[in-house]
Amino acid sequence: MAELYDRYSSVVYAVALRVLGDTGAAEDVLQEVFLQLWRNPSAFDAARGSLASWLAVVTRNRAIDSLRKRRPETDIEDVVLSVAPDLAAEADRARVAEKVRGALGGMAAAQRSALEMAYWQGMSHSEIAEKTGEPLGTVKTRIRAGLMALRKAFQT
Amino acid sequence: MTEHEQYAEDLALYAMDALRGEERARLDQHLATCAACRLELEQLRGDTALLALSAAGPRPPQRARQRLLEAVAREPRVSVLEQTSTGRGWWGWLGWVATAAVLILAASFWRENVTLKETLASASSQAAESKRQLEELRQIAAPIIEPEAQRVTLVAARTPPQPQGKAFYLRKRNSLVFLANNMPALPPRKAYELWLIPTSGNPIPAGVFKPDAHGSATVVNPPLPPGTEVKAFAITVENEAGSPAPTSPILMMGAGE
Repeated sequence: MAELYDRYSSVVYAVALRVLGDTGAAEDVLQEVFLQLWRNPSAFDAARGSLASWLAVVTRNRAIDSLRKRRPETDIEDVVLSVAPDLAAEADRARVAEKVRGALGGMAAAQRSALEMAYWQGMSHSEIAEKTGEPLGTVKTRIRAGLMALRKAFQT
Repeated sequence: MTEHEQYAEDLALYAMDALRGEERARLDQHLATCAACRLELEQLRGDTALLALSAAGPRPPQRARQRLLEAVAREPRVSVLEQTSTGRGWWGWLGWVATAAVLILAASFWRENVTLKETLASASSQAAESKRQLEELRQIAAPIIEPEAQRVTLVAARTPPQPQGKAFYLRKRNSLVFLANNMPALPPRKAYELWLIPTSGNPIPAGVFKPDAHGSATVVNPPLPPGTEVKAFAITVENEAGSPAPTSPILMMGAGE
């Protein structure tokens, strides 16, 4: 566990801190995510993605639950994702992060903003629509198109 | 995903846990019967992982490491390790039986990823071997289950092509692979639904599918109640979201060989 922690704690902490903006709360999520992995290592499915990606997604979900003070909605065993790259090395993750930031920078501001509100603030599409004054359908389309743009950036 | 465009945007929201209420419940229901949408959801979660990985910040404080290691030391871990036998020669023989065995084992690997569960618990070398085996199984299964594979059904000369379905079911692994050929095109917003007819009780939904332009279709590992004993499989035409019980006459049916 110490080895896993040393390798991946920076990813988990960065994601938790980005969502929560508070070091104490981010530390709590960090602790919770690694303890869950310790209790139930089989929840991670190595055939379907890298541990870094899985931890990043699980951490984001837990941090959002914590931010919105709600009970966890997704069991960690239900988090199955498909990502090809092996991101065990920090340098690989840094390259991915840079590419993602590049792709986000290339998006229209409204699209990037919808994607970030949904992902980093855990807002539902109706909450985003209410906040921006845009139709629900537009918000939905923007969010999906944003994810597709990210996918495309990694396919080329 | 072309058959399920109506769910595409909801799936993106679902992947971020941003879909709530009735829309989420409706999509949950669809996901239970649609392998294509489950696959797309996995891919979308992979896309969201890219977003998550773009977060950058300071390293966690040293005290967090100590706190975790102390908590770990206080907690015994219950680790579920399952073993499976995968001799190298078992897929070497030809024919449907072998194909079925390969498919079912491959499908079981997808569902369980048994050996890979050991990765975190033990050594990464085993994971590498498991990945290799999984890749080998996927290679073997790909020509049969991937949509772009060419499928040719051979029948006696001068026999017009008939709709045909083959179901491979392994009860102990709760795995089902279904392949269909020469299926007639469907009316708009309709789909074929596969039913598992148990030895007792009502038909159980076993996946909704639409054939491609050549009439071919595949259903891999639909969610099924574990350990169900099967009497037969059947196909009906239903609304494309699927139905919990058959609502139209049985078009095709087959009992165990």
